[in-house]
Amino acid sequence: MALSQDQVLAGLAEIVNEETGIDTDSVKMDKSFTNDLDIDSISMMTIVVNAEEKFGVKIPDEEVANLLTVADAVNFITAAQD
Amino acid sequence: MSQPTLNQFQTVKYSRIYALGASRGELVVTNDDIAGPIDSSDEWIRQRTGIITRRRASKNQSLMDMAVEASNEAIKGAGITPQEIGAVIFSTITHPYQTPSAATLLADLIGANPAPAFDISAACAGYCYGIAQADALVRSGVAKYVLVVGGEKLSDFIDPTDRSISFLLADGAGAAIVGPSETPGISPTVWGSDGSHWSSVSMTSSLLEFRDGESTWPTLRQDGLTVFKWAVWEMVKVAKQALEVAGVKAEDLAALVTHQANIRIIDELVKQLALPESVAVARDIINTGNTSAASVPLAMHQLLKDGTVKSGGLALEIGFGAGLAFAAQVVVLP
Repeated sequence: MALSQDQVLAGLAEIVNEETGIDTDSVKMDKSFTNDLDIDSISMMTIVVNAEEKFGVKIPDEEVANLLTVADAVNFITAAQD
Repeated sequence: MSQPTLNQFQTVKYSRIYALGASRGELVVTNDDIAGPIDSSDEWIRQRTGIITRRRASKNQSLMDMAVEASNEAIKGAGITPQEIGAVIFSTITHPYQTPSAATLLADLIGANPAPAFDISAACAGYCYGIAQADALVRSGVAKYVLVVGGEKLSDFIDPTDRSISFLLADGAGAAIVGPSETPGISPTVWGSDGSHWSSVSMTSSLLEFRDGESTWPTLRQDGLTVFKWAVWEMVKVAKQALEVAGVKAEDLAALVTHQANIRIIDELVKQLALPESVAVARDIINTGNTSAASVPLAMHQLLKDGTVKSGGLALEIGFGAGLAFAAQVVVLP
């Protein structure tokens, strides 16, 4: 069954926490990965691969550059589940 | 009249690495030295790559100079004479002649003439490709001792303004003597390639385009994130497969010696492999940089030299890079 946006956000926050140590509460929809959370491109790729595994979705490499905010990632993953 | 029965090479049961040799570029290049043209900083480079300094050859230090120095050390350490070498395999992508090969000149310079000698082009996987071939040559009885060299002068093929790969790259050569053994010393190699990603790490143009004035001097480029993803998550599978075919577990290893591409790749590989703390992890990239085909033997040589690991322990070595080509095997440390 497809997960809701809130469930994807919670799961993504855990992945971000695991990779960077950032508190899960700080991973909010309006946050920018680079500007607000200070996540570099290599960490971002690690997060993407872990998200692919966790949510059973495919996030193409060329799509990663478009995932600027947490909301971008959550929306992409939510849609890709269907 | 009956046909005579052919003689064939007599096989040898096992092979091992007898000794290693190392040579690094004589210049120590700091991050501050190269940060200007890429609008970067020491902190950014350290954080993204782990590199503090990289070793580069001076103008007068050639690829062949480094290969000869590394080879001579390996030959001496193995306790053999150059004339006993039955084949010379030189893995490089920076020999500046299309032909003749670097290996034939190297064989002559180290006194192994007339040994068969040839180059292989497998980029950062090249040394592990060479060990696979040397193992096969020794065990099939084709050659008693094989010299394997991974050597690069990458600084001849970099663009100081390139932010994708040039700032990682360095110069050096590592060498190994492989020969017959009483006990198993080199596991089956897990190797392969994926040419569907041929352009992920490549030159900016061909030599023909350069000749025709259609491009500047060809230099190396990479699609860093795609390569990072492949180097970690595909190479984890290769590493696990190499352990399986070798019949050993991660906790049996004394060391993990990966291609020294980027410390972030190495750290993520260690994490994904769930290596116990007892396994020493080669991080020669910190002070040497990325030397492509030379990086695995240089890193292993350093672990042995500084006493981190001892002769006789098991090391998983894995090379991966342009092609995309990869090779992994477990070896007994010389």
